Amino acid sequence: MSELLDLTAAAAAAAVRAGEIDSGELFETYRARAAASDINAFTWLADGPPAASNLRDTPLGGVPVAVKDLFCTEGVPSQAGSRILEGYRPPYTATVVAKLGAAGAPLLGKTNQDEFAMGSSNENSAFGPVLNPWDRARVPGGSSGGSAAAVAAGLAPWAIGTDTGGSIRQPAALCGVVGMKPTYGACSRYGMIAFASSLDQAGPLTRDVTDAALLLRHMVGRDRRDSTSLEFPEDIALPRAENLRGIRIGVPEELTGAEGGVETGVRERFEATLTLAQELGAAVEACRLPHAPHALSAYYLIAPAEASANLARYDGVRYGLRVAGDAGLLAMYERTRAAGFGPEVKRRIMLGTYALSSGYYEAYYGAAQKVRTKIAEDFRTVFESFDLIATPTSPWTAFELGAKTADPLAMYLNDFCTVPMPLAGIPAISIPCGLADGLPVGFQLAGPAFSETRLLDAAHALELAIGFDAGPARRSDAGGRDGR
Amino acid sequence: MSAVEYEPVIGLEIHVQLSTRTKMFCGCEVAFGEAPNTHTCPTCLALPGALPVVNERAVQFGVMIGLAFEGEIAERSVFHRKNYFYPDSPKAYQISQYDIPLCRGGRLGEVRIHRVHLEEDAAKLNHLGESGRIHGADRSWVDFNRCGTPLVEIVTEPDLRSPEQAREWLGVLRETLRQTGVSDVNMEEGSLRCDANVSVRPRGSSTLGTKTELKNMNSFRFLERGIRAEIRRQVELLALGESVVQETLHYDPASDTLTSLRSKEEAHDYRYFPEPDLVPLLVTEEILTRARAALPAELPVERAQRFERELGLTASRARELAFRAELADYFERALSAAPSNGDLDAVELANWIPQLVERIGEADPAQSRVTPESLASLAAMVKSKAVSRDAARTVLSRLVEEGGAPQEIVDREGLGALSADEDGLGEVVDRAIAADPDAAEQVRAGNMRAIGPLVGYVMRETKGRADGGEVTRLIRERLGGA
Repeated sequence: MSELLDLTAAAAAAAVRAGEIDSGELFETYRARAAASDINAFTWLADGPPAASNLRDTPLGGVPVAVKDLFCTEGVPSQAGSRILEGYRPPYTATVVAKLGAAGAPLLGKTNQDEFAMGSSNENSAFGPVLNPWDRARVPGGSSGGSAAAVAAGLAPWAIGTDTGGSIRQPAALCGVVGMKPTYGACSRYGMIAFASSLDQAGPLTRDVTDAALLLRHMVGRDRRDSTSLEFPEDIALPRAENLRGIRIGVPEELTGAEGGVETGVRERFEATLTLAQELGAAVEACRLPHAPHALSAYYLIAPAEASANLARYDGVRYGLRVAGDAGLLAMYERTRAAGFGPEVKRRIMLGTYALSSGYYEAYYGAAQKVRTKIAEDFRTVFESFDLIATPTSPWTAFELGAKTADPLAMYLNDFCTVPMPLAGIPAISIPCGLADGLPVGFQLAGPAFSETRLLDAAHALELAIGFDAGPARRSDAGGRDGR
Repeated sequence: MSAVEYEPVIGLEIHVQLSTRTKMFCGCEVAFGEAPNTHTCPTCLALPGALPVVNERAVQFGVMIGLAFEGEIAERSVFHRKNYFYPDSPKAYQISQYDIPLCRGGRLGEVRIHRVHLEEDAAKLNHLGESGRIHGADRSWVDFNRCGTPLVEIVTEPDLRSPEQAREWLGVLRETLRQTGVSDVNMEEGSLRCDANVSVRPRGSSTLGTKTELKNMNSFRFLERGIRAEIRRQVELLALGESVVQETLHYDPASDTLTSLRSKEEAHDYRYFPEPDLVPLLVTEEILTRARAALPAELPVERAQRFERELGLTASRARELAFRAELADYFERALSAAPSNGDLDAVELANWIPQLVERIGEADPAQSRVTPESLASLAAMVKSKAVSRDAARTVLSRLVEEGGAPQEIVDREGLGALSADEDGLGEVVDRAIAADPDAAEQVRAGNMRAIGPLVGYVMRETKGRADGGEVTRLIRERLGGA
């Protein structure tokens, strides 16, 4: 059993296809661990793989995948971490989940998350916070905290999440796993419960870069149900690079200087990794993203504005929670939404509504869109001289539960280094680059639109050189300890 | 109080349901009168995670409408979200177009078009209870079958000047849309809906008065009546020295009154912003080509103008024919079947079409026994005075009943026009004068109105075969008079 657990997902898939292990046993191993776990990573677990499926001959070999709660899955609770969708079971499955299922990765379970993907600590979930398997007193990051923690703790071979301002990369960093946000449009958003439509992207959270590439390969592609999705221009190859020769890496001063408030331990690991990159042959130089410091402000106008409309459909009329009464329609709306949404969601709905209001639109939403355009231009300029850029993923390692809940602005700073990329629609990956005070640190690489293959290759070379050991987190979990 | 004369200024906002097979943003069939909530999907129910996809046929129809108005089609237009909470709007926003619509400008007849844009229809609410409205209802049911039906909104410039003109122009619009095949344009069934912006100003003024928006005029008659009631209300206010308040009004046809729905201060803030789930709408050359090809070669307005300009028809007769394609087609076939003697007159022929329609009901004249050729012959015979107008009506009735050629019917039934010399028409005129000496005396005294009974006598005696003009001439010849 522990041997199964030591396999990466790609290795497990290969072993299943070679007939060396049984996909049913693999599923049950993880299912049992997830069921016994005490870190609250899952909100729902499958009983088993779909009946009558021959997973052995599939590309993903029946290696089950944990899916962030906000992906709609037919007949399975899909609540986006919110009370307002308590008990909601959609009549259809999100495109990305369906594609993975068709490629041979059955649904293992639904993972806990910040409500409607709004949060950086998973403390905004209606189903309670997820605990970080490296230290149960600490947060796993968010919003895809359940997916990150599940992979880190060995409760799932791999997982998918969504990233709007850092919601894959930041929890990946805090949990010591690989997390990738693809180019906007690479993965269909159909069936993803929306937070901010122009930013949301699905992506993999995995043990290593090869797993990320393999999972992503089966997620991307144009979907006629999502007008913003695009044909991925190439097959995503499994990464092979072992060095970074010829790769020019830019280090943006704006995201790595004092402004982001990067912790000393994180800075040390980041700089050590840059040195490693140079040793692998990369040219590492400083670069400028002049508008990047404004990214957070623009993000916290655009994302809430879109969310204020996206979340307006939760009105108690058709599905989910309804708090009625005899006071009429308006009262039903108000009571339902007052009871169904948590404080952070309400805060962002208010912010977004205000930013779009007549008389304020130009000053807020309009100005934020202009900043967004400038940020995208900054990246284009930088990528004329550099292949990739590097930053820490999060300014901090995993912080203690409750440490930042009273100060939303401090919480928003989590996204300082991850927010510019989704604003520009470009891909970025976070890989673990070591520990600071016993907690994982994330190293982020970003590249131009559709440079996923190059990103994965570079991340793979670094990963080999770093040699990060995620074993402690996997062994820490109750599921691992009592062996169930 | 000095009587200021006021001039109404009217603009219309028209919503038209497009006759596409599927909805604006999903693949559900557009269906009417079916069991509630049987044509729905995650997208039109606004289930979490569902996304819209633009219906290409609806775009083509929108482009066709823009082209019919000779407006400017935007190569790139943008969908926006229009946010409001109501149970008929499951997303709590409507996907519509805002600052970059599909089409700007153009005109239809005497009215300039401001813009044409695409959007989606709301669900249908049914309120159970006495009030019939959501307030005070025991229960309200939502039927999402209609939700997401493609709509175009057409906004005119304020170029209309009377309720009658508004009604007539809406008829012109309806027929234009009907003939382009983009909509059923049925006001009673709601596939054509019209709101009106109404203001008044002193005649001769060029500034616009404060306007109000009228809703719920769900028939051509109610549109005219609603606008008339609103003009009356505004003029009365101004006459009392009060001012018109900008507001939205609900017209109640039963009481012919208007009630305020909301004032300018209560106006919704729809918080429009670009719909991030859709990319900008690009009208490709391919869509333009397809739209052009799908348009009729000549639109009703153009046809009416041609009838007026080239054939000398009156404006109202030209529209009467052009706006029922089957009448105009029949008319043109008859015209081209004109007898070789060259006596056919287009105006004369056009005047016979409504008479034919009257005799055959609403049917297409091409389906009747009267061929275009025979109607052309009949009109030519009238023009050349070979038959009297009265006799020709009898011939037409025979043609409708049994078909055949007009000349044969005239010959068989002896309906040919009588002439004074050969057929003793003079003698009949003499008898008429002898039979009614009073009338004769009055005509002699110069009262030409008195000639009527004398002409009537002759027509009765000749069974309508005499030519009315000829009879009048003969009577005057005998009695003098003015």
